[in-house]
Amino acid sequence: METPTKLPPSSPSSPTTGFSVPSAEKVDGFPRRSMRRARQRRSHSSSQFRYQSSQVELTPLPLLKDAPVAELHDLFCKKLQQCCVLFDFLDCVADLKGKEIKRAALNELVESVATSRGVLIEPLYPEAIKMISVNIFRTLPPSENPEFDPEEDEPALEASWPHLQLVYEFFLRFLESPDFQPSLAKRYVDQKFVLQLLELFDSEDPREREYLKTILHRVYGKLLGLRAYIRKQINNIFLRFIYETERFNGVAELLEILGSIINGFALPLKSEHKQFLVRVLIPLHTAKSLSIFHAQLAYCVVQFMEKDATVTEHIIRGLLRYWPKTCTQKEVMFLGEIEEILDVIEPSQFIRVQEPLFKQIAACISSPHFQVAERALYFWNNEYILSLIEENCQVILPLVFGTLYRVSKEHWNQTIISLIYNVLKTFMEMNSKLFDDLTASYKVEKQKELKKEKERAELWRNLEDLQDRRLQSLTEASRNQKNLQERENTTKSQSETSAANTT
Amino acid sequence: MAGAEGDDSLYPIAVLIDELRNEDVQLRLNSIKKLSTIALALGVERTRTELLPFLTDTIYDEDEVLLALAEQLGSFTVLVGGPEFVHNLLPPLESLATVEETVVRDKAVESLRKISQEHSPVDLEVHFVPLVKRLASGDWFTSRTSACGLFSVCYPRVSSSVKADIRQHFRTLCSDDTPMVRRAAASKLGEFAKVLELDYVKSDIIPLFTALASDEQDSVRLLAVEAGVSIATLLPQEDLEALVMATLRQAAEDKSWRVRYMVADKFSELQKAVGPEITKTDLVPAFQNLLKDCEAEVRAAAANKVKVFCENLPEDSRETIIMTHILPCVKELVSDTNQHVKSALASVIMSLSTILGKDNTVEHLLPLFLVQLKDECPEVRLNIISNLDCVNEVIGIRQLSQSLLPAIVELAEDAKWRVRLAIIEYMPLLAGQLGVEFFDEKLNSLCMAWLIDHVFAIREAATCNLMKLVEKFGAVWAQNTIVPKVLGMANDSNYLHRMTTLFCINALSEVCGQEITTKHMLPVVLKMSTDQVANVRFNVARSLQKIGPVLDSSALQAEVKPVLEKLATDQDMDVKYFALEAISVLALA
Repeated sequence: METPTKLPPSSPSSPTTGFSVPSAEKVDGFPRRSMRRARQRRSHSSSQFRYQSSQVELTPLPLLKDAPVAELHDLFCKKLQQCCVLFDFLDCVADLKGKEIKRAALNELVESVATSRGVLIEPLYPEAIKMISVNIFRTLPPSENPEFDPEEDEPALEASWPHLQLVYEFFLRFLESPDFQPSLAKRYVDQKFVLQLLELFDSEDPREREYLKTILHRVYGKLLGLRAYIRKQINNIFLRFIYETERFNGVAELLEILGSIINGFALPLKSEHKQFLVRVLIPLHTAKSLSIFHAQLAYCVVQFMEKDATVTEHIIRGLLRYWPKTCTQKEVMFLGEIEEILDVIEPSQFIRVQEPLFKQIAACISSPHFQVAERALYFWNNEYILSLIEENCQVILPLVFGTLYRVSKEHWNQTIISLIYNVLKTFMEMNSKLFDDLTASYKVEKQKELKKEKERAELWRNLEDLQDRRLQSLTEASRNQKNLQERENTTKSQSETSAANTT
Repeated sequence: MAGAEGDDSLYPIAVLIDELRNEDVQLRLNSIKKLSTIALALGVERTRTELLPFLTDTIYDEDEVLLALAEQLGSFTVLVGGPEFVHNLLPPLESLATVEETVVRDKAVESLRKISQEHSPVDLEVHFVPLVKRLASGDWFTSRTSACGLFSVCYPRVSSSVKADIRQHFRTLCSDDTPMVRRAAASKLGEFAKVLELDYVKSDIIPLFTALASDEQDSVRLLAVEAGVSIATLLPQEDLEALVMATLRQAAEDKSWRVRYMVADKFSELQKAVGPEITKTDLVPAFQNLLKDCEAEVRAAAANKVKVFCENLPEDSRETIIMTHILPCVKELVSDTNQHVKSALASVIMSLSTILGKDNTVEHLLPLFLVQLKDECPEVRLNIISNLDCVNEVIGIRQLSQSLLPAIVELAEDAKWRVRLAIIEYMPLLAGQLGVEFFDEKLNSLCMAWLIDHVFAIREAATCNLMKLVEKFGAVWAQNTIVPKVLGMANDSNYLHRMTTLFCINALSEVCGQEITTKHMLPVVLKMSTDQVANVRFNVARSLQKIGPVLDSSALQAEVKPVLEKLATDQDMDVKYFALEAISVLALA
């Protein structure tokens, strides 16, 4: 993925540094699709262009820096209006002069807002916001590749980026200017504006999403009245992504913003925020494209835990509920997230979830996919986790012992077997008595399980026999009833005919 | 029932519930899928009093289990004691209708819709409608979304005061705060309108439709389009203009391409719903715009509708409208930049000839067909070729044959085997229309070349193609043109080609008849029984089994039997197997 050459200044704290998806999952021995497919850079333009009926001829205006102070604002305003004209960028030779004039004007506007004081006066706000709206708000075009896979495919880049970038840059400088007054801006940057801004996060162009991320973060920071609304709309985008479309390009960027928003939540957590965690963030783990935004998502989840340890149980149980069943790549990601969580878990919270959690970990250890087993076994290399296991050895060892014992004998991968031996050795040192007891009773437990299995089969066989008999008696009963009815009918009709005969 | 009561005591509910609570998801899932067995074991009484409350209380499980449960409960009426007790199923289904996962919720709604029909009108008002209202005013969007699908099933069967209440709740959901609920309401709006009295359609549904069609989110607006079509079918002609047309016109020009796409996609339904007059005044210009839309998706959707739209134009002005309004757009689409648009058009353009008649076809359409036959995209060419029959009826295919041939040859040699496969499938059709002479001269060699294609699927299709050609042109033609070539391949050095001979014989023996089979094919097959490749030998056995029924009994006894007996002692086990199978099928033992 291409990153913008010039990062917008002071971007929101980047959570990507804390966690990275293990690169091991990329080496599965199969050529990736991208290597086989010829890469091709595509660009597309929005459908907005057709709505401009007659093209206006632009004429260059005097430079802002040469303008006398008295005329500065008027000229600034004129330049803003000039920048409302849109150009066709798919036709790269169309109206080159006009494009250049607009580009120069935008550059001037950016510089003026960024460097000179006192430019942003009240009458300019509506004009500036209008210019921004006209340029950035557009219906995103259909993706040229219906199976666009953000991990594998080159994104389609926005054709009008030479102008669009400057408009975004202007917007950003406008929001960051020391002259910026939220009380004036809130009249124009309203709910409708924010909603359109959020829709743009679906852009395929990563450069655009990067700008949007920083801008939305600024809006959230400066316009307090919009905060709840922004959170609600982000929720809606996520819920639609999870339950309806599974397509939205800007999930990672939105999560990144949320990461820093969560950081600023007041304690105790409002129920709205807890609901967001349980009903939105946790279900986001079910998405097919999880790998694209998993780092940001895990960061948000851990942020919540660090804010308020009581949400730990919700988180762990939620993850266990959505544990991937067939996608081993996602399973490795889940295990990574669990380790991040365990890194900061409070011992009292750990006790509440250890049982279901270690059942799942045991299941992962017995996965035939060695990366899953390996990732789970790495937990024993983490000192904090190891100390938690040691404190609760009485509970945890019986949960995992059977699996460890069995897998140590039958796993196909030598690395896994040696890792398991290490884990077993650790357990032996932790509590040799318990270890010996479990070893001794292993066979007996196995027998018990087999017996239970047999009993279940027996129960169901009996139940099904019973069902057959019931169904038979039911059909018989209905047949009898039918016969009875028919007999009644015949007697009735007979009596009717005889009655007719007599008359 | 006395005997049955005795059985019940064998199965304390606890044991059964243990099964439903098993730690292993797969086992739990299995148990839920056999829930009817458990219910039957418990009997209707205990199912109602013990099993259903348990299910209602413990709805927190894997979505897969919940999905199975939601499905099962839809056909549980008999197991709780019939329609009289069906409302006992509502509590668990109500909980399921509020869960997060869409598939579970949808299944629960489906089951609720199903069992709503089994409620008596009184039960519907006492039990079902309150459930719908609870869902409609639920906290979380999931329950409100589910509620949207339940209004239309209870509305027709309740009293007028309850009806008013239901309409009120639906109105509220249409202006819900969350777009998810508005989408659900928009997608059920048409269905709900259908069960409403006409006056209420006008007074209630129209304002809702207008509001949803101008929602701030395009995902809501596009669903309103479909509702609009349903509503238009319900309204009398004189009300259409005033009540829905303005909104529909606006949808056709929506700034979001998704909404315009939806209009294009529903265009035929819309055309039917609004009738001929509005079609002339409104839909024709709208359709022209869609065909010229700036997004390829929209153009392709509209292009797909060209045929149906033209067919359904009012007869008195059909030809004029097509010639002056539609055809110019179609001409532009022929050279569209997007291949999906061109191929959508190619799949329908040929059928315009039936509508426009011979002269117009020759003058206006034929040039377009010729352009499309030379298109760079194979799909476009294929779509034209696959619809040749329409043109054939109107002007005969000869007009096209000059251009047809290069197009066919190029497709026949396309690098993608799926393209080759597609053109093979049209061969019998083409052969029928072009006639035997043209075929022998130009296409026969192609059909033979496919027999030695390096892709099996092509060789297989080529074999089948030969059979269809013989059906068309007759056995004599077969004997003169294709049989010698097929049999010649029996001496090929490549065993795959030798096997192709056998496959062709399998396909051809029946259509060629006994004489050709016995005289020409059988000797070749028998000779191949000594092939050094085992695959060829066991295919000889299979071929003999296949052509056996065509041969007379003397040939079977004298020639086939000894060969099969010999193959039955082959050292290769597959050869043996198929030889023995053939012997037993042909009853030669």
